[in-house]
Amino acid sequence: MILAAVACVGLLFALSLAAALSPGVARASFLVYGASAALCIALGIVGFVSLAFPVGSAEMTLPIGLPWLGTHLRIDALAALFLLLLGTGGAAASVYAIGYGRHEAEPQRTLPFYPGFLGAMAVVLIADDAFTFLLSWEVMSLLSWALVLTHHRGEDARRASYIYLMMAGCGTMALLLAFGLMAGAEGGYGFAAIRANGHSPALAAAVLALMLLGTGSKAGLMPVHVWLPVAHPAAPSHVSALMSGVMTKVAVYGFVRVAFDLLGPLPWWISPVVIVAGAGTAVMGILFAILDTDSKRVLAWSTIENVGVIFAALGLALAFRASGMPGLAALAMTAALVHAMNHMLFKSLLFMVAGAVLVATGKRELDALGGLIHRMPVTAVLALIGVTAIAALPPLNGFVSEWLLFQSVLQSPQLPQPGLQFLVPAAGGILALTAALAAAAFVRFYGVIFLGRPREDAAANAVEADRWLLGAMAGLAILCVLAGVLPGFLIDLVGPAVEIATGAQIAPQGGNAWLTLVPLPEVKSSYSGFLVMIFVAISGGGTAWIVHRVASRGLRRGPAWDCGFPNAEPNTQYGAGSFAQPIRRAFGPVFAARETVVMPPPGDLSPARHEVETADLSWRHLYEPILGAVDAVTTRANDMQFLTIRRYLSLVFGTLILLLVGLAIWN
Amino acid sequence: MELIGNLVLQALQMIVVLALAPGLTGFVRKVKARLTRRQGAPVLQPYRDLWRLLQKEVVLAENASWLFRVSPYMIFAATWVAAALVPTFAIGLQFSWTADLIAIVALLGSARFFLALAGMDVGTSFGGIGASREMMIGAFAEPAMLLMVFTVALVAGSTQLSNVAAYLQSDAVGIRVSLGMALVALVIVALAENARIPVDNPATHLELTMVHEAMVLEYSGRHLAMIELAAMLKLLLYMALIGAIFVPFGIHAAGDGIVGLLKGVVYFLIKLAASAVLLATFETSIAKMRVFRVPDFLGAALMLGLLGTLLLFVSRSL
Repeated sequence: MILAAVACVGLLFALSLAAALSPGVARASFLVYGASAALCIALGIVGFVSLAFPVGSAEMTLPIGLPWLGTHLRIDALAALFLLLLGTGGAAASVYAIGYGRHEAEPQRTLPFYPGFLGAMAVVLIADDAFTFLLSWEVMSLLSWALVLTHHRGEDARRASYIYLMMAGCGTMALLLAFGLMAGAEGGYGFAAIRANGHSPALAAAVLALMLLGTGSKAGLMPVHVWLPVAHPAAPSHVSALMSGVMTKVAVYGFVRVAFDLLGPLPWWISPVVIVAGAGTAVMGILFAILDTDSKRVLAWSTIENVGVIFAALGLALAFRASGMPGLAALAMTAALVHAMNHMLFKSLLFMVAGAVLVATGKRELDALGGLIHRMPVTAVLALIGVTAIAALPPLNGFVSEWLLFQSVLQSPQLPQPGLQFLVPAAGGILALTAALAAAAFVRFYGVIFLGRPREDAAANAVEADRWLLGAMAGLAILCVLAGVLPGFLIDLVGPAVEIATGAQIAPQGGNAWLTLVPLPEVKSSYSGFLVMIFVAISGGGTAWIVHRVASRGLRRGPAWDCGFPNAEPNTQYGAGSFAQPIRRAFGPVFAARETVVMPPPGDLSPARHEVETADLSWRHLYEPILGAVDAVTTRANDMQFLTIRRYLSLVFGTLILLLVGLAIWN
Repeated sequence: MELIGNLVLQALQMIVVLALAPGLTGFVRKVKARLTRRQGAPVLQPYRDLWRLLQKEVVLAENASWLFRVSPYMIFAATWVAAALVPTFAIGLQFSWTADLIAIVALLGSARFFLALAGMDVGTSFGGIGASREMMIGAFAEPAMLLMVFTVALVAGSTQLSNVAAYLQSDAVGIRVSLGMALVALVIVALAENARIPVDNPATHLELTMVHEAMVLEYSGRHLAMIELAAMLKLLLYMALIGAIFVPFGIHAAGDGIVGLLKGVVYFLIKLAASAVLLATFETSIAKMRVFRVPDFLGAALMLGLLGTLLLFVSRSL
C-alpha cells in the first residue's frame, strides 16, 4: 500500500515539474488538473483500503534525505484516515479546477504549484520521521504560499501572502523546536525512536505548547489565526477549498500525531489549555464570520470556527485519556475526527460555491449579490445542502459530529478534577452558542447571495456554472448527505484511527437497528439521522400531497406585499451589514465595534452617513506590541551599522568574554 | 402484534399533537381575552382559521423562488416530527429513540433556519428584519436550551427524553435547586422560541419590533396555514416538554395497559390546560420588551442553565 502512496506522490511532484517545464502546452490546465484528480482518487483509495482492510507492507525507508536517517514512511490507520480525507478533498477540488481553471487569466501561476501542494500534504501524512515531516510541511507551506500569490497584482493578495509567509515561518520554527525537544540529546528523529523516549511532564507541556503554536497557526487557532482570513480567500477558489478543507486537517493531523501518539501519556492539566483555545477560537471565529462582508472571507472565518470545535474535542479527549478513561476519550476523539472529515466536505463545497458565484458575477462582496437562486438554480440547491450541513442541522453531517461532541461533553462529571468539571460544561455552552451563531452566519451567507433580489447588474445577469464545477460540488453535496444519514459507517471507518490515538474505540455503530447511533450503550442517548430524514420527508411530502389534493392548489403571482409599501429599489432589502447588526450590537465589545453617524452641517445637502468600525483585537493586543518591540529593537540595532573598526573589535572581544564566563558558570 | 401496538401508539401520538395544537392556541387566546375582560373568539376558532386559509389560493410574490414554496412544508414537517418525539401521554414509544433532546432542539433549529431563509427570499425589508432578529434570538435561546439539557441529563443520566421522563418520575429525584433553575431557563427559552410576550408579540402586525410575523409577512393561503400550524405545534411541544421533564406524573409507560393510557391522556390534557392558563396570565401581566433587551433576558436563561449544571458538580444531590 505504501508503495502505491509513494508512487502517487512521486507522480504528483513529476506533474508539477512537467507543468513548470512546458508552459505553452495547449490544454495544459485540463491535463494537470485531470491527472491530479486521478492521483487524488488513487490516494483516497490507498487511504480507504489501509483503513478498512489493512494488507501489505505499510512501512518503507528510502535512502534519501539525511544520510544517517534516510526517509521513513509509514501508513497507519491515523495516516490512512487523513489520506482518505486528502484524496476526497483533492479529487473534488481538482475536478472543480478543470472548469474553474478556464477562467483564470494566468493559469501558469497556479499549475506548477498545485500538484506539488497535494503531494507535499500527502508526504506530511505518511512521514515517519521528524526530518521528512518538517521538510514536507515546509514544502506544503511554500507551495500554498505561491498559490496564494496567484493574483499577485492585487494589493490584498500581496499583503496576505506576506503575512502568511511570516506566520508559516514562525509555525515551522515552533515545530522544529518541538521535534528537537522530543528527539532529545541523542537526536533520535525517527518517530519510532521518539515514541520510545520517555518524556517528562514539563517537556511534554513545552512540546505541546509549541505544537499548539506550530500546527495551530496552520490550522487557524486563535490568536495565531491572523493570516488565515486573508490568505485563504486570496487564492483561486479551488485552492481556497483545499487550504480550508484539507490543509487545516493536515495541521490537525500533526497535532494528533504528536499529542496522542508520539508524546505518550500526558498530565491532565494540559487539556484545559487545549479546550479553552478550541472553544474560544470557535466562538470568535464564527462571530467574525457573521460580520464579514466578503463571501470567501466569511468561509475562512468559519474554518477558524470549525478548527476550534475540532481542537475543543481533542482537548476533551486529552482530558479523558489523562484520567484513565479511554472509552470516553475515544468518543471525544471520534467527534474530532468525524468533524474533521465533515468539515472537509462542506467547507470545500462552500468554497466551490463561492468560486462559482465569483465566476458567474465577478463579485465576492455579499452586498453586490442577491437573487442567484433564480439565475443559478443547481448551484443554489448544492449551496443549500452545504449551508444546512455547516450550520449543524439534522439530518446532515455537521450535526452528527456536533452531537457526538455534546455527548462527550455530557460525560464530563466523570472526570476527577474539579477544575475540568467546571470548565467542560462552560465550554459546552460556548460550543452550543457557536453552533447557533453558525446557523445565523449561514442564513446570512445564503440569504444575501442566493435569495432576495439582485443588488447589482452583475448578479442580475449571472449564468449557471459549467458541468465540471457542478459535478465537483454535487459529489461533495452527496457525500455530505450520506455522511449525515448513514453516520454509523463513517464512525466505524474512523475507529482504527481513534484506537491509535486513544487506545480504545467506541462501540461499532454500523450494525445498529435503524442505523441509530448509540455511542455509549450504558447511557442510551441515541440519534438516527436516517429515520429523522425519512420522517421529515414522509410527513412533509405527505402533508403537501394531502393539502394539494384536499384543500387548494390555486396559485397566483402578484407584487410583494411588504406591509403595503413595497419598494423597487433592491438596496431596501436587508443586506450583509444590516443582517449582522443585532448580533454586532449584542457582542459589540468582542470586536470593539464602533458605530458613528456622520451628520452633515446645517445647510449642507449631502446625506448623513452611518459608519461601523470593527477590529480584530488580537492585532491590537498581540501583534502590534510585538511589531512595535521588533521595530524598537531594530532601530536600536541600526546604530551598530556605523561603528569604527576598534569598536567592532572590542564588541567581538566582549562577546567572547561573556560567552566564556557563561560557559565557566555552566560547568 | 406488539410491534403493531407500538406503531399504533406512535401514530396516535402524532395525531394527538396535531389535533390538539390549534385548540391549545385557541385556549390560550380565550384565557387572555377573558383576563382582559373581553369575550374572545371561541376556542375552536384556530381550526376554522386554518381550514379557511387552506382553501384559499396562494398569492405568491413575483420574486419568490421554489425555496419559498417548499419551506412551509419543511418547517411543518420538522416541527411535527420533533413534537412526535417528545413524550406527551406515553413514554417509550416505538421511535422515541430516533432523536434525543439535543436532536429535537436541533430539529427545531432546522425549522427556524428555513423560516429565516424563507423570510429573506422575497427580498423585502420586513422579511430581512424578521430573519435577522430571529437568528439573533435563536443564537441566545439555543445555548440556553442546551445548558438546560445538560442539567437535566446530568440528573437523569441520559439525553433520551423517555429515559429522562422515566427517571424523573421515580422517587429517586425529589426537589432539586438545579432542576428549579433549569425549569426557569426552559420557560424563558420557551417564551422566546414561541414568539410570546415579552420577546415578541404573536398578535400584532405593523409594529417595528415584530419578529416572527415579519418573517411570514409574504405568506398566504395554504403556505400560511402550514406555518401557523407549525407555530402552534411548537407551543404544544414546549408545553409537553416542560410537562415531561418537570411534572412527569401520570405518563403512560409500556405495560400500563389501556387504563394507564387513558390516564396518561387525561393527565396530559390537564398539564396543557394548566400551562396555557399560566402562559396567558404571564402574558397579560407583563409588557413587551425592546428587541435589544432580549439578549439580557435570554442571557439570564443561559446563566441559570450554567448555574444549574455547575451546582450539580458541587453536589449531585442539589
